[in-house]
Amino acid sequence: MRHGRNRFIVSFLAAPVAIYLIFVIWPYVQAIGLSMTDWSGLTPTQDFTGFANYIRLAHDPVFWLSLWHNVILLIVLPLITLTLGLFFAFMINVGGRKRKNQTVAGVRGSKLYQVVYFFPQVLSITVIAVLWGAIYNPNNGALNSGLRAIGIPSTISWLSDPKLALGCVIAVMVWWQVGFYVVLFSAGMSAIPDEIYEAVLLDGANRFTTFFKITFPLIWDTIQTGWVYLGIIAMDGFAIVQIMTNGPGGPDGATTVVPFYLWDSAFNHGQAGYGISMGVAMLIVTLLFAVLTLRFSRRERIEF
Amino acid sequence: MTTQIQKAEPTAVSVAKTPTKPEKIPSEGGVLNVFSHGILILWAAMVILPMLWAFMTSFKTNAEIFEAPWALPTKLHFENWSGAWINANFGAFFFNSLIVVGGGVIGTMILGSMAAYVLARFDFKGNRIIYFLFISGMTFPVFLALVPLFFVLKNMGLLSTYQGLIVVYIGYSLPFTVFFLTSFFFRTLPTSIAEAALIDGCGHAGTFFRIMLPLARPGLISIGIFNVLGQWNQYLLPLVLNSDRDKFVLTQGLADLVVSQGYAGDWGQLFAGLMIAMLPVLIVYIIFQRQVQAGMTAGAVK
Repeated sequence: MRHGRNRFIVSFLAAPVAIYLIFVIWPYVQAIGLSMTDWSGLTPTQDFTGFANYIRLAHDPVFWLSLWHNVILLIVLPLITLTLGLFFAFMINVGGRKRKNQTVAGVRGSKLYQVVYFFPQVLSITVIAVLWGAIYNPNNGALNSGLRAIGIPSTISWLSDPKLALGCVIAVMVWWQVGFYVVLFSAGMSAIPDEIYEAVLLDGANRFTTFFKITFPLIWDTIQTGWVYLGIIAMDGFAIVQIMTNGPGGPDGATTVVPFYLWDSAFNHGQAGYGISMGVAMLIVTLLFAVLTLRFSRRERIEF
Repeated sequence: MTTQIQKAEPTAVSVAKTPTKPEKIPSEGGVLNVFSHGILILWAAMVILPMLWAFMTSFKTNAEIFEAPWALPTKLHFENWSGAWINANFGAFFFNSLIVVGGGVIGTMILGSMAAYVLARFDFKGNRIIYFLFISGMTFPVFLALVPLFFVLKNMGLLSTYQGLIVVYIGYSLPFTVFFLTSFFFRTLPTSIAEAALIDGCGHAGTFFRIMLPLARPGLISIGIFNVLGQWNQYLLPLVLNSDRDKFVLTQGLADLVVSQGYAGDWGQLFAGLMIAMLPVLIVYIIFQRQVQAGMTAGAVK
């Protein structure tokens, strides 16, 4: 039996582990070494150049501009998305007309709202980027013609204006992500026992106090997870920038982000080694962000 | 997972509660209710209107699109759709997506559940190491692996092939699949049934396929839908690993149409293509919305 057990374990693990090692782990391991070479990606050989790529990176204004845009996304995207998500989830769960036997009531059709809000979340980011690219089109786009329809004569070239382009990218990302957090926070809020709401409402608290003193602290864990998730998305942004923005990369690099610059360097300009060193830089920033978020957002966990 | 489902049904819980409600709670429901509905409907409109607009536009001619972007089409130009399906190759892209995602998801589910089962229920040397190796894959940015991955596939002659994409999709779906199935399912399933099956001479593999997999079905459905959506919507990996136009997947074909033509050309056809890429996913979501929401948020709830 013992023998059969071991053979079973090996036979079940062999294929998944092999695929995982070859196509996931091995490229990651290679990346660290290749980032220290002058490899173009076109030649079979490459020379070891030590930290030359990283030094070049440190003096590359396009890289810093790209990283700066990712940092803006890292701060602005979670802030807007989580605020809207919390607000909508609170409205859905607590904003309803009071019914018999219920202290706090969800609005009518709360399920329907959640289903609709979740729509963008299931769409491919490609679809979203193409759709919004068309919406922002200054001539026949939905946005300008919609504005004209309500009396605002808008001829704004949303994506060709360096001042507006990044904001447009952020708006699309918010539109894409909010629904996920409405659903997530709704689940968290409906798990809060009714008795807690009853108690504070009896004490004369209004809904705003209820939100900040009860709801918010009780779903803090979920908010924190959401922040990390959105941080990971903010470090990406590739597909929207590559498909939707002019250039791509925006006018004067107004919307370029690190993943886009990485892909562009490695696959369009034959600088594989340099591109990979940007990947390493991204990994460091991502880890730093995750550690900082978890460090500074730690609160005492409330069990209920 | 079970808590997830319970949480999703708040009304059932609160209705079942005994009506010991104090009457004197100050009522502010009325005004707030109107306000909250107003806000909620506004956002719902912001979600739906862009999609409706694109749907409407997919039936219009170029002239109509430029003249009045928000006007209804004068006549339903179905030739946009057939043009997108045939001339713009969306039909071919669609089938490429079907093949790649079909192979990818089936492979991910079989290999993922096998690995998760062994890691969750068998104690052996190296178990923890393999488990953490899988889990660590969830934290690294794909962009770091992108360039070396391209050359791994190139050296194996797998670039621009279905098999290459399928095997890569499997590899990058395994971490979350293994994590999800290990922690939510196989660890919590009762051991007594498995033991009974083993004693009855089912064998380890037989126990897995005939007893444990059916027991884990709710979890398999959630993670399966999650993987279908994730792989169907995948853009970065095919963009880099698949440059053969005949093998383009749907997302890639759509993006290519826009990036290479810069929105020039036949707009109605572009919007029809957009719809071909968008509608199947939306329909799947509307049918399975509870499972989709559960599957996609499960990782965040822990």
